Amino acid sequence: MYNHILSIILFTPLVGAFVLLCIPGSNKTAIRWTANFFGFLGFAVSLPLVSWFWAVKSLPGFKFMEGAPNSWIPTIGAGYYLGIDGISFLLIMLTTFLGAISILSSWSAIDNRVKEYYAWFLVLQTGMLGVFMSLDFFLFFVFWEAMLVPMYLLIGIWGGPRRVYASIKFFLYTLFGSVFMLLAIIFLYFFHHAQTGVFTFSILELYKTAPLLPAVYGPTAAVLLFLAFFVGFAIKVPMFPFHTWLPDAHVEAPTAGSVILAGVLLKMGTYGLIRFSLPLFPAVVHYPRLRLAMVTLSIIGILYGALVSLVQKDMKKLVAYSSVSHLGFCTLGIFTLNTLGLQGSVLQQINHGISTGALFLIVGILYERRHTREIAEYGGIGTVMPVYATIALIMFLSSMGLPLLNGFVGEFAILQATFLARPVWAAWAVPGVILAAAYLLWLYQRVFFGKVENPKNAALPDLTPRELATLLPLVALAFWIGLYPRPFFAILDQPSKEIVEMVEHPKTYNAAQPLKAAQVAQSAVESTPEAVR
Amino acid sequence: MTNSLFQPWLVPALPLAGMAINGLFGKRFSEKLVAAIALIATGCSFLVACLQALLLVNSGSPMLEQHYGTWIQAGKFTVDFGIYLDHLSLIMMLVVTGVGFLIHIYAAAYMHHEGGYYRFFSYLNLFMFFMLVLVLANNYLLMFVGWEGVGLASYLLIGFYFLKDSAANAGKKAFITNRVGDFGFLIALFMMIQTFGSVHYGSLYFNPGLVNALPLEHSTGILTMIGLLMLVGACGKSAQIPLFVWLPDAMEGPTPVSALIHAATMVTAGVYMVARSNPIFSRAPIALLAVAVIGTLTSFFAATIGMTQMDIKRVLAYSTVSQLGYMFMAAGVAAYSAGVFHLMTHAFFKALLFLAAGSVIHGIGGEQDMRKMGGLRKYMPWTFYTMATATVAIAGIPPLAGFWSKDEILWQAWSSPYGSKIFWAVGVITAFMTSFYMFRLLFMTFFGEYRGEAAVAHAGHDAHGGHGHTPHESPWMMLGPLVVLAALSIFGGFVGAGHRFEHFLDPVIQKVEAHRSALEVEAAAAPMTEEPAAEKSTELALMATSVIVALAGLGLAWFLYIKRPELPARIAAALGGLYTLVYNKYWIDELYKAVLISPLLWISTHVLWQSVDQKIIDGSVNDLAVTARDVSGVVRQQQSGLIRSYAGWIAAGAALVVAYMVWMGTR
Repeated sequence: MYNHILSIILFTPLVGAFVLLCIPGSNKTAIRWTANFFGFLGFAVSLPLVSWFWAVKSLPGFKFMEGAPNSWIPTIGAGYYLGIDGISFLLIMLTTFLGAISILSSWSAIDNRVKEYYAWFLVLQTGMLGVFMSLDFFLFFVFWEAMLVPMYLLIGIWGGPRRVYASIKFFLYTLFGSVFMLLAIIFLYFFHHAQTGVFTFSILELYKTAPLLPAVYGPTAAVLLFLAFFVGFAIKVPMFPFHTWLPDAHVEAPTAGSVILAGVLLKMGTYGLIRFSLPLFPAVVHYPRLRLAMVTLSIIGILYGALVSLVQKDMKKLVAYSSVSHLGFCTLGIFTLNTLGLQGSVLQQINHGISTGALFLIVGILYERRHTREIAEYGGIGTVMPVYATIALIMFLSSMGLPLLNGFVGEFAILQATFLARPVWAAWAVPGVILAAAYLLWLYQRVFFGKVENPKNAALPDLTPRELATLLPLVALAFWIGLYPRPFFAILDQPSKEIVEMVEHPKTYNAAQPLKAAQVAQSAVESTPEAVR
Repeated sequence: MTNSLFQPWLVPALPLAGMAINGLFGKRFSEKLVAAIALIATGCSFLVACLQALLLVNSGSPMLEQHYGTWIQAGKFTVDFGIYLDHLSLIMMLVVTGVGFLIHIYAAAYMHHEGGYYRFFSYLNLFMFFMLVLVLANNYLLMFVGWEGVGLASYLLIGFYFLKDSAANAGKKAFITNRVGDFGFLIALFMMIQTFGSVHYGSLYFNPGLVNALPLEHSTGILTMIGLLMLVGACGKSAQIPLFVWLPDAMEGPTPVSALIHAATMVTAGVYMVARSNPIFSRAPIALLAVAVIGTLTSFFAATIGMTQMDIKRVLAYSTVSQLGYMFMAAGVAAYSAGVFHLMTHAFFKALLFLAAGSVIHGIGGEQDMRKMGGLRKYMPWTFYTMATATVAIAGIPPLAGFWSKDEILWQAWSSPYGSKIFWAVGVITAFMTSFYMFRLLFMTFFGEYRGEAAVAHAGHDAHGGHGHTPHESPWMMLGPLVVLAALSIFGGFVGAGHRFEHFLDPVIQKVEAHRSALEVEAAAAPMTEEPAAEKSTELALMATSVIVALAGLGLAWFLYIKRPELPARIAAALGGLYTLVYNKYWIDELYKAVLISPLLWISTHVLWQSVDQKIIDGSVNDLAVTARDVSGVVRQQQSGLIRSYAGWIAAGAALVVAYMVWMGTR
């Protein structure tokens, strides 16, 4: 099992999807139990990885590697090639964990076409896990695109009234981004061949040639290729100004879809930036203008998302815009280009999965009872549903970064790292923390405080045991990371250092074509024309 | 006795346990049990604190530091969970647990029959926990944990009557204003970590080569920046200009909360922070000056507002802002111990004032407007005597506690090397106003004739309905704490006589002069030794001045509110616009709303959301989609399904190819 743990984790949900197909659609109870079984199993099989990974966390490079480069379609150099480091490890655990919780949360929310719903959900799980595990660009792209379809269907079939608009918008936006990414991948693939004479999509191999780009084709080409990747990732994150698909998708998606969308799907963008944009384009991310642009977009995202959150009338839209703000912190951490910033960024991605995931569940619980997300429809819920109100308060506080809860640790690390990089950037980003308190507390006040003025709210039942079971693990995690984040920092230490090292001192080939490789010595920065620098 | 009783971590842990028990199970408990749990938790916490204090003082060592493991470790940067006990945190700890315990007793009776009794006490214990974390932390990041935590507890407790919109709004306002201050605190932390690589007091201030190694900064340097940023944080928490607006609104919370959080403990956190950071501030004269100026201005402006307010709790709220200003003034002239001394005495008499005010409100059925009080002396004598004691104490009339600490501050404002006659003069005028508005409060409330509607049931202003009968004295459980606090307000000041308090804090306050060259120190010390007599007489003269202004304030209040009670209204009318301006708190709230909040919301709604998001970004994307559809609509015409149309296109294509070949051939 040890040697194939990644494959087992990857395909357990897919097996579940096939098993579901064999159950008659009319037997909803059996389908629900089976889906939950596989949701939980997907999480359970990932648990052994925790102790195994902990033991090897400080070893260099990728761990638990499976398959080999070029093993899948040798003629084009595509391989079934998996492997993880600390960053992907945490994101995988987040995926299996949130997956199980989301499936549990759908029990009563989804009542039509139940079988297809759960089957697509499990397929989605496999798609996302594959993205975090692939060490082969071809495989990566297959998973990247494959997971689009189930998400599209989840929004488009089980979504709210404007689901068709939202799902198509989601699909087109992400597809638009991936097209550019595909072009860039193919370019790198041929470039690798030109440098080494080998056709391969292996990411580890491409790491060694891609940094040569500026030296060979000049900085403009390198910047364009960087941007081709960037558009794909930035849309996924989403970074300002590519974010407008997100509020629509969130508002229309079913609760579990929103949880996974915010909790995991968005992280694929930030993951891509860390895993690909930084190591493949080490010289480009150092260009001051480009880096400034990235940081500026992040800071705009932080403040913009927060300000727009402040004035939303729909709870889900508010949480969606708050995601733009929170993810802004994550991308800001990435472009500090230092270890602390990367650690903080990944930790904050996990935190966002926990806090925002919980916030969507919280909104969903109210929506299931009242079928509206208009903030003005509520008020006084605190007296009607006290347990719910307490848990909501804890998760609101976690989302606004109150110390001793998870959000604070990540935000603090990111802002500290930003301050180290450039104090002014930190000064611009910190108001995001103030605004977070404003929009969340205001929302909390309008929903939970006051007298119950709407008679429809007077008799809402408090949390059911199942709903409690979806929320309590998230609360526990929020406290864990807030009180004892050391294991997380320890896991992220090695990969962050390695990526910073790759950005600062890229290790490139010089065996196959020593002549071309020699040019690398005059690193890209020197050859950059003034215009780009 | 086992060793574990001496563990300092028990001091914050006990209230936390009380909070957890009441929070999780309190709903099923009787009110008595809830109160008992909360009281035992805080009472034991106070006892352990006393033991710790005795141990530390008797041990003769300047401080005790305990580590309980690492909280954050990222690269080389680590932050501990740890407790740092020196004479400063010791005083804070005793004030917090002692006054906190008394207020818990009072609250057990005051909150009787309020809904959410268990909720109230678990929040109150939560507050105690965070406040103790704030003062006992061994590093700034852990202080920040307490700092945010007390803000949260305050939010929950102000919003305790969350059915009332005004209370919920006030809670939110308090939290957000504090967060604005936290902006400064956070950046100060970042700067500290970047410069010194540590946030632990021990290594920052006692390791040679960190803060100690830096010289006095005559222009802006790193320490000045850190100091100024910390000041921003302190202004938020301690309600100084320009972030004071939240504190008066916070009075929407239950009165014991006002006494504990918004008078005695939480709001003094800023003063504690400045005193704790004295090695930084003493090396940064510009930051220090900023502290003094803000403190002096705040004390003055808040006092003017206090003179006009009619709501008994609002008068006390502005009085608190004003007294906090005094503490800042003291810290700002590098007289940190004077500031902490006033912090302590103020905790006694201001807690007493609030609790007595609560007793009044409780006794007359929830009324807070002083115009509807009067003559209460004969209905509630204990409340009257204790409140009168506190009033004399805050007015600065000897030999009560407030006299000693306020006099110390004024003397330092005059004589400290960082002081100035201007600070002193403003301080004296403020002392006069303080005395005036406090006696005004006392006279309006307890003297004259009762002006309330005795027999009419009030619909509870303090959510305190159902007491609609003639004014009555409060139960002993409420009066007991009043009496103890009155005793402290009388005798609490003597510890400061003869600069004893100052010397107690000597181990905490670094003498920065020591870093100047030895020659300079001698030169500075020489004249001091020559004229101790002259100095003594100046000190006495200043003392006499402050006593005289305090008595003058008393006299004026007596004249206006007892002798000629019709005069105040006429004076107010004569002052016209000025009075309206002050009565409406200089319209600061309205100004913030008009200049900051409304534009921000408007821009967010109309520009960012509805224009940028929906029109520009989404609009252009949608336009693109529409264009694509139109273009494909045109191109689609080609694929009409008509054989003749296809034949025509084939013919045209063929003609084109032939023409091309012919043209190529003829070249």
